[in-house]
Amino acid sequence: MHQLDAVNAATLRDDIPAFRAGDTLKVHVKVIEGTRSRVQLFQGIVIRRHGSGVGETFTVRKVSFGVGVERTFPVHTPIIDKIEVVTRGDVRRAKLYYLRDLRGKAAKIKEKRDSVPKADAKTGAKGGA
Amino acid sequence: MSTKTSERPARSVKGVLGEKLGMTQVWDADNRLVPVTVVKVGSNVVTHVRGDADGYAAVQLAFGEIDPRKVNKPMKGHFERAGVTPRRHLIELRTADAGEYSLGQEITVEIFEAGQQVDATGTTKGKGFAGVMKRHGFHGVSSSHGSHRNHRKPGSIGACATPGRVFKGTRMAGRMGGVRQTTQNLFVQAVDADKGLLLIKGAVPGPRGGIVLVRTAAKGA
Repeated sequence: MHQLDAVNAATLRDDIPAFRAGDTLKVHVKVIEGTRSRVQLFQGIVIRRHGSGVGETFTVRKVSFGVGVERTFPVHTPIIDKIEVVTRGDVRRAKLYYLRDLRGKAAKIKEKRDSVPKADAKTGAKGGA
Repeated sequence: MSTKTSERPARSVKGVLGEKLGMTQVWDADNRLVPVTVVKVGSNVVTHVRGDADGYAAVQLAFGEIDPRKVNKPMKGHFERAGVTPRRHLIELRTADAGEYSLGQEITVEIFEAGQQVDATGTTKGKGFAGVMKRHGFHGVSSSHGSHRNHRKPGSIGACATPGRVFKGTRMAGRMGGVRQTTQNLFVQAVDADKGLLLIKGAVPGPRGGIVLVRTAAKGA
């Protein structure tokens, strides 16, 4: 696939923030209604990132009026205006399909605690020992 | 049968040889995802022009690098006559406007433009000895209801004492793939003149690295 890198480079976006399964995202989606274009918000938990390169996709799940809604976007699609990472989730899976069977509080994902001070504490402890 | 092969009206055809690089995807102007095959053309050269002396009009195109040591004397002379370095692949393209080509002329992807319909010819991937389900799309035999060891078999291949033989051309298992195939009416998604690339919507016969002949569509408008 290296031969196609030059072709793909034109379609790859570099303004996509780093995120993974478990993170909560605000996806700003461009919607074209007739001649008018507006931006729609889709906020939810990333339950998977699938594939790689120009064909990579991610799926965002939210519960809307008691109904689970999942939307899959290509990572590099031009219809995404921007992506905001709201929270980083603390999960131990790359694919969070188990969330589909959970409701309410059980479907909540722990927020990831900032790892930077933790690392500092560790090195500090080591230094002390 | 005294049917005379009716002369088709002479058509001016444009074509280039290229190497299939593989498939990827691009977004079009309406943000729709389009699967494309990337064909690297670089440049083709005209090595021969056939005209009245040959009884038909055609242009011979050459493409691809070759080690000069692998070129034999007759071929070397043929390329020298056109004033070009030897190439690996040669094809003849029958076209009414062959007279407008000149020896040694370079042909690039720019003969095509985005939005055009083309035909792509290549050699399909070899599938080896394939059964009738894969080779001819037969439905096979039921997976249950008393079927015993005949799930992918063809079933009957003919009647009994009349005709007492299997008809010629009956579709059976055998070698599949590795044959020349043309896919018609493919859409040219984009032409990258700088890199010499042709982005064709959809699939093109052959493996990555295979040689593909891209011509203006024989059918359609």
